[in-house]
Amino acid sequence: MSIVTVQLGQCGNQIGHEVFNAICSDVHGTHGLCSKKENESYHDACKERFFSEEESEVPVARAVLVDMEPKVISQTLSIAARSGYWKYDDRSHFCQKQGSGNNWANGYSVHGPRHKEVIMNLVQKEAEKCDRLGGFFTIMSMAGGTGSGLGAFVTQCLRDAFPTSFILNHVIWPYGTGEVIVQNYNSVLTLSHLYRSSDALLVHENDVIHKICAQLMKIKQISFRDVNQVIAHQLGSVFQPTYTAEGGLHYSRNPLGDLMETLVPHPEFKMLGLRNIPQMPENSLPYSTFSWPGLIKHLRQMLIANAKMEEGIDWQVRPPQLGSSIPSSHSTNKPMHFNTSIANLVILRGKDMHNVDLGSFRDPSLYTSWLNPQDAFNASLFQQSKVMMNKLEDSSYALVETFLCLKHDGRVRNTEQCICSVDKAYIHQYTKFGIEEEDFLDSFTALEQVISSYTIL
Amino acid sequence: KGIYDESLSSFFRNVDTRSGGDGPDIYKGKICSLKARALLIDMEEGVVNEILQGPLRDVFDSKQLITDVSGSGNNWAVGHKLYGCQYRENIVEKLRKTAEHCDCLQCFFIIHSMGGGTGSGLGTFVLNLLEDEFPEVYRFVTSVYPSGEDDVITSPYNSVLAMKELNEHADCVLPIENESLFDIVNKIHQMISSGKLGSTVKQNSLVTSSAGSTKTVQEKPFDSSGVALAMIVLELNSARFEGSLNMDLNEISMNLVPFPRLHYLVSSLTPLYTLADVNVPSRRLDQMFSDAFSRDHQLIQADPKHSLYLACALLVRGNVQVSDLRRNIERLKPSLHFVSWNQEGWKTGLCSVPPVGHSHSLLALANNTCVKPTFIELKDRFMKLYKKKAHLHHYLHIDGMEQSCFSEAISSLSDLIEEYNELDATKGGPRTDPSRLKIAV
Repeated sequence: MSIVTVQLGQCGNQIGHEVFNAICSDVHGTHGLCSKKENESYHDACKERFFSEEESEVPVARAVLVDMEPKVISQTLSIAARSGYWKYDDRSHFCQKQGSGNNWANGYSVHGPRHKEVIMNLVQKEAEKCDRLGGFFTIMSMAGGTGSGLGAFVTQCLRDAFPTSFILNHVIWPYGTGEVIVQNYNSVLTLSHLYRSSDALLVHENDVIHKICAQLMKIKQISFRDVNQVIAHQLGSVFQPTYTAEGGLHYSRNPLGDLMETLVPHPEFKMLGLRNIPQMPENSLPYSTFSWPGLIKHLRQMLIANAKMEEGIDWQVRPPQLGSSIPSSHSTNKPMHFNTSIANLVILRGKDMHNVDLGSFRDPSLYTSWLNPQDAFNASLFQQSKVMMNKLEDSSYALVETFLCLKHDGRVRNTEQCICSVDKAYIHQYTKFGIEEEDFLDSFTALEQVISSYTIL
Repeated sequence: KGIYDESLSSFFRNVDTRSGGDGPDIYKGKICSLKARALLIDMEEGVVNEILQGPLRDVFDSKQLITDVSGSGNNWAVGHKLYGCQYRENIVEKLRKTAEHCDCLQCFFIIHSMGGGTGSGLGTFVLNLLEDEFPEVYRFVTSVYPSGEDDVITSPYNSVLAMKELNEHADCVLPIENESLFDIVNKIHQMISSGKLGSTVKQNSLVTSSAGSTKTVQEKPFDSSGVALAMIVLELNSARFEGSLNMDLNEISMNLVPFPRLHYLVSSLTPLYTLADVNVPSRRLDQMFSDAFSRDHQLIQADPKHSLYLACALLVRGNVQVSDLRRNIERLKPSLHFVSWNQEGWKTGLCSVPPVGHSHSLLALANNTCVKPTFIELKDRFMKLYKKKAHLHHYLHIDGMEQSCFSEAISSLSDLIEEYNELDATKGGPRTDPSRLKIAV
C-alpha cells in the first residue's frame, strides 16, 4: 500500500526531502545479514510504499510539495534530482510568490480557499498513481504561516475528499525561545483545527531534537539540516516496512492503518510521540555494542519517565503498584512525572529478534485502566538488520502515545495571556484576514478540552 | 556581465536597451541593462542631477523621475498640500507603470527625511497615495529624523506633521538619526587611525568606504548615512536569497507589530567592519550579537537594553547556524527586559548568503520603548516654536492648511508617547498570569 506525502511550507519541504533521502539510502544500503530474496522483497515493499516507477530511471517520490513562496521548493526539487538516486515529480508542486507572513489566518482563510482546487488536483493525481492508497502523511511546522494555516486547511480538504483514508499529521513544535513571535497563536490554532480532521498527530519538538544533536550526536554547530536529519531518521524507522507480530512472513500491507489501530483506540486521544534508541554519531559505532535487553530496559524507562533520549533518564520514576488500597482517585496514587500510556507500539529492527522479551512493556501499570494491556501494546518486528543511515546493527524504536501535558500547558497558557490581557496583542494581524477573537476562543476551548482529557488519565 | 536571477529581480528589471527600455523585460539569462524598480522624486533638481551624472546613471530611467525647480522651502505644507495636489496624477501614473512591471509586488520602500519640505511633506503624501492605490502592499518607511543641532529651523514642525501621517498610514517605520550615523562613522575612523585594527581591516568592508578609499569625516558625511540606510534595506530583503529559515518582509510586520500604531522599529547593523581572517571563531560571532544590542550600534540615539522590548527580530546572514543563534539568544536574554506578555518575543531568520565583503552579518530590529525619548524631544522642540506661533504663517497661507492640522498632529504624537508610557509602566512589575479558561469536564 502506498502513502502519499504532502510537504507544507519551508519546514515541511525541508524535512520531507530528508525523509525520502533517508528511506532511499536505506534501500540502497548493502547488508549481509539476510538472504538476497529477503533483501529484494524489502526493496520492493519500500519502493512501492514511497516511490512510483515511471519512465525515468530513478524512482519518483510520491509527494506533493506546497509552499507560498518559491525558493524552498525549487531548492528541494533540484537537490533531490542531483542525488541521482531519486527525485520528485516535476509537476507535483505548487507555489506562490509572497509567502504567508507567519500569519495563520493568511494561510488558512486566504491562501487555502484560493488555491484549494489546484492543490487538491495535485493530490488527486498522486493518489491515482497508487495501486492501493494507504493514506496521507502531511509534514508541517506549527510556528509559521503556510505549514500551519494552509496545512490545517489542506488537512481538512483531505478529510473531505478522502473520508475513508488515514491521515497522519507530522507537526513540528517550535523552539521554546521563539523562532517566530506569534508561534503560540499559530500553534494553538493549528492544533485545534487538526484535531478535528486528522487521525493522529505525531509531534517532534525542536528543543528535544536539538538536545539529541548536541548531547547524543555530539554535533558542534547544529544546523537545521542536522535537526531535520535526526527527525527523518526517526520517521523512516517507523515507516519502513515491518512484519507484524502475527504475520511473520509478510510485510504489513497497511502501515498507516495498523498504526492508527494500535495507537488511537479512542478519537479523543490523538497525540503521538516517538522515542528512538540508540542514537549516536556514525564514528562512534565501531566502539559500541548493544544488547536487546539493555535497549529494552532503557526504552521502557524513557517511556515511564517521559525522557526523550537515553541520557539523563530519571531512574527513580516507577509505575504505581497495581492492586494497592485506594480504588478511586488515581491521581493521588500516582508518583509525580510518571507517564501513563494509552497505547504503545514497539518497532524492532535488527538481528536475533526472536529472543527479545517485550514482557516489560505489557505491564498493565503502564497503561490506563480502561484498556486491556493486550490491546494496548503491540510489537512490530523486522527480521533483517536493515539499518538506517547510521548503519546500526541493532536498533529498537518505540512509538508511544502520551500527551506532553506540561509542555503544552506552558505554551497554551502563554498564548492565553496574550489574548486575555486587555491589550490583545497582534490580534489585528489576524482579523485582517478573517480570523476573529471568537475563533481564538474556540481553539482555546477545544485544546483545554483535550488537555483535561489527558490530565484525567 | 552577470546572470540576472530571482534575487536581482526583487530590486531591478532587466531590459533590452535597444528598444529604449520600453520593451518587455528579460526574465532570465545575462544581464543586459538593469533598471531600478524605483521612483525618484524631488522638487529641486540638484541632487537628482548629480545621481544622473554619477556611476548609477544607467540604472535610473528618466521616466522614473519627478522633479521641479524651486524646491519646497523646508515647508511640509508646500510639499504635502501644494505639490501633492499638483503632481498627484503624475505620481500615480508612474507608480502604476512601475508596479505593472512586477510579477508580484510585495512592498514599497519609502526613503525620506522628516525635517525638510519635500521628503517630509510630499513623501508622506505619496505614503497616503500608496495606501489608496495599493492597499494590500506593505509600506515600509525609513525616515531620517533631524538631530538637535539641525540647521533647518522649521524641522520640528515638518517632523511632527509627518509623524501623524506615519502613525496612520505606514505599516512599519525604521527611524534613523544622523547623529548616530556620524558617531558610528567617527568611531570607525578613530579605530583605524589609532592603529588598533592595524592593516587587517579588509578593503571595502567598511560601511563608510566606497571605491576602496576611506573618506574622512568632514567630507560628505551624508554619504555614510546613505550607505548605512542602503545596507539596512538590503539586509531586510535578504529573503531574496536562500536560507534555512527564511524571513520575509511581511513576516517582519506580522511579528514585530503587536498593535497597529506601535510600528516604530529600532535597528542596528553589525558588524561594521570585517577583519581579514575568514574563519570566524564563535567568539567573534558572539561579539557580533552582543554589539547588536549595545547603544553604540543603534541607528537612533537610543538604548534598547534599558527600555522595554515588545518584540525583537534577528536576521543573520552568512555561515551561521541555528545553534549559534540559540546560544546567543539564551546568553543575551537575561539582560533584556521584555514585556510581560511576550517574554519569548524573538523572531529569527537565517540566510546563507553573506553580504559583499563580509562573511556574516546581523540586522537586529526591535520594537522597543526606547524610541520614546526621540519622540518626546521632537514634541518639546515643536512646542517651543508653536507656543510663540513662530513661522506658522508660512504654513497657514498654503491652501488646505489650517491650525487644526497642527493641533491634530501634535495630539497624535502625544497619544503615541502615552501608549509607550503605559507600556513602560508595566516594566518590572509582577507578572500576572491570567486565569485559564475553565471548561466543564
